Amino acid sequence: MVKKKEVIIVGGGLAGLATAMKLAEQDCHVKLVSLTKARRSHSVCAQGGINIAVNLKGEGDSPIIHAYDTIKGGDFLANQPPILEMCMAGPGILRIFDRMGCPFNRTLEGHIDFRRFGGTLYNRTAFCGASTGQQLLYALDEQVRRHEAKGKVEKFENHEFLYLILDREGRARGIVLHDLFDLKLSVLKADAVVIATGGLGVVYKKSTMSTFCTGAANGRLYMQGMKYANGEFIQIHPTCIPGLDKMRLMSESIRGEGGRVWVWGDSSKQMEFPDKSMQPCGKTGEPWYFLEEMYPAFGNLVPRDIGSREVTRVCEAGLGVDGKMQVFLDVTHLPAEKQHKLESVLEIYEKFTGDDPRKKPMKIFPAVHYSMGGAWVDWPAADDPDRSTRFRQMTNLTGCFNVGESDYQYHGANRLGANSLLACIFGGLVTGIEVPRYIGGLEKSFEDVPEEVFGEALAIEEKKQKECLKKSGPENVFKLHDELADWMVRYASVKRDNPDLEKTIVKIKEIRERYKKIGLEDQGTNVNQTYVFARQFETMIELALVIAKGALLRNEFRGAHYKPDFPERDDKHWLKTTIALYREEEPDISYEPVDIRHLDPIQRDYTHAKKVKPHLKNIPSNIQLPF
Amino acid sequence: MENSYTLKVYRGLPGNQFWEEFEFSRHPQANVISSLMEIQKNPINKMGEKTTPVVWEQGCLEEVCGSCSMLVNGKPRQACTALIEPYIRETGSSTITLAPFTKFPLVRDLYVNRTRMFDALKKVRGWVSIDSVNDIGSFGPPVSPDVQEALYVLSTCMTCGCCTEACPQVNEKSPFMGPQAMSQIRLFNSNPTGALEKSKRLRAALDEDGIAGCGNAQNCVKVCPKNIPLTESLAVIGREASKQALSDFFSLPDAKK
Repeated sequence: MVKKKEVIIVGGGLAGLATAMKLAEQDCHVKLVSLTKARRSHSVCAQGGINIAVNLKGEGDSPIIHAYDTIKGGDFLANQPPILEMCMAGPGILRIFDRMGCPFNRTLEGHIDFRRFGGTLYNRTAFCGASTGQQLLYALDEQVRRHEAKGKVEKFENHEFLYLILDREGRARGIVLHDLFDLKLSVLKADAVVIATGGLGVVYKKSTMSTFCTGAANGRLYMQGMKYANGEFIQIHPTCIPGLDKMRLMSESIRGEGGRVWVWGDSSKQMEFPDKSMQPCGKTGEPWYFLEEMYPAFGNLVPRDIGSREVTRVCEAGLGVDGKMQVFLDVTHLPAEKQHKLESVLEIYEKFTGDDPRKKPMKIFPAVHYSMGGAWVDWPAADDPDRSTRFRQMTNLTGCFNVGESDYQYHGANRLGANSLLACIFGGLVTGIEVPRYIGGLEKSFEDVPEEVFGEALAIEEKKQKECLKKSGPENVFKLHDELADWMVRYASVKRDNPDLEKTIVKIKEIRERYKKIGLEDQGTNVNQTYVFARQFETMIELALVIAKGALLRNEFRGAHYKPDFPERDDKHWLKTTIALYREEEPDISYEPVDIRHLDPIQRDYTHAKKVKPHLKNIPSNIQLPF
Repeated sequence: MENSYTLKVYRGLPGNQFWEEFEFSRHPQANVISSLMEIQKNPINKMGEKTTPVVWEQGCLEEVCGSCSMLVNGKPRQACTALIEPYIRETGSSTITLAPFTKFPLVRDLYVNRTRMFDALKKVRGWVSIDSVNDIGSFGPPVSPDVQEALYVLSTCMTCGCCTEACPQVNEKSPFMGPQAMSQIRLFNSNPTGALEKSKRLRAALDEDGIAGCGNAQNCVKVCPKNIPLTESLAVIGREASKQALSDFFSLPDAKK
């Protein structure tokens, strides 16, 4: 029996902090490792809100409908039991965050207000202005600081995870990390390791993600044998402003509050509509609200994969604003109080473009935004006979959990807007329950693990550090990154085709060869950001291969994975989860069935929809929420 | 030269800081961050000498994480929103200076250690104490839209440190925590549940590193990238803390918990 429950959490965003908060409350001692101050994690970038089917608007909404929308929005690729439990936990999570003081927008009566988001017909999204992720993260950061003040959480900020230490039986017992200020390597020991390190948008460089989001932690674990699932599913957000350093998100809530997407019409041109009919591109000289015409039921609030494809298609047809790859996102017609709810994002637009979006329609284009894929994690459902012997959110590496954007659950082939915050918090709370249960069943603790196990791991990293620091070849790692990102954006984002993907794989391997010949422009140990990035980039190359190969093999059109040569979803052959395992040459890809026990796949239709009362089958009667 | 601009960067390690210049081609979308990224790809200074890439802190690049604080032309701000073209237009100069904050320990180049701001959050109990992370079936107390709006604005503080950097009262001779921590006291004291621990926070504000340190220079509010009404917060906390001191003076010692 293990008495002292010691846990390492890597990542201080919503998922990591939710886990930490839950664990601290159950007398675990948490070591929280983060690249930056937890309060600066990428979760702050989530703008629009968090989906909770609590039905305060009296629209007849329910967690079951929320689960239905999520399963359908993900084009049936997601396992259904975790989605169902997540949606059922939503209302409780909202009540907890309200008690923690998260400043949600209010109705006149003083209740939490809700707005509409993509892929649903209900006002289901609770929000704090247009910086909801920031506010939810701060609420958790504050709770975790409270536990820190009591000594239950110990923070290792400005530190980076490098290597998972497994004992002789293959159980996670600690990590090797380095201090980003002086590159000092050290070992942390524990009886469980939780990875909550977010997405991998930086593989594409020009994404909406923070510069922290390289995917390196997952990349390192993948190279240590962790299964990586559904890597090819990358979300492209329809409305972003391009920049030289990154793409900046213009929240879906802009459309939720009534913002409209349009281009100038051109009746001499025709485009195929979702019902396969050819129709004129609006009227020449008048605004053409193409999403509203193509998808009368959902209009501007179609799911993101669809929005991004249509914006791209309209631009490719030569209708882009000023002849460029951009369309208008218009809030000029909205009343001042609606604009005010969007203040923080409208301000960002103004700061970066110099144009006032209250007076002039914004110009936007789709950009890489989220990784649906990630670490494969287990999920025994509530009524599965082996629920008690397996652990939710645990990877195939025993004792190593994975949660948040860095796992693959909850979103399938396409994530609905405002579902990620819920998934991060819910996954974190679940992990906070499962970790102590796992440790409780261990016969030995990390204190019984021979010291050489830790010593060997440290030696591996010392060797890698020494070798990398003295690299003095001709290649510059930041330039290699630009090159990789350029290929990934071009061939592994909105639209994919097989010959291009084959070329991309060859290119990625070429970059991998050239990576061996990099030279570090800085070879010291004092805040050497060049070294740190060079080490991260090594794993980003491998993850790029996972994405590209997964995309190449999947010959169908599902959610965010759009292949014009295979224009239909093919459930017969491809209703399955992609699993990548690391191999030196290229990933070994296999598949496993999707758990569709609650809802049979139906066609995803957003052209005419009505509010349905969906029926989900086989709902267990013993679902226990993680609080 | 018309088609280029220069970043003059105050860089180096504690005790050994120096200016180094870098030249770039102009681009309508360039900002300070994209320029620093260019140096990483080609670390050659304006003299044509090979150098090391400049070190700085960055995160979201959307002015919501608070990472990339630095002095741009001497003023504290977020570097991500510092677009090059407007600077050239407004100053008439194609040279822009970058320097690290001066009120925090220097780590390297433009990177400083702002841990003290986070320690201050611990000291002022910057949280709402809840009994447990369990769903007790009820929401927190109802909040009017006006109060929510006020709480939200205070809660957008990203701990970037611009206010602390600009404050003349934050210096080597004064222990003052700075405007950010005082404003956070106001945030949690204004929350209906947070108010239950109001006295504890005000007592923290009464310590020698607390509100007495404010000299009412009003620099903080001018540099806050989120337009948080910091001077208003300082005034409120000043008032409330005095009331607290008075009531503590006249109450029984055992009621002081």
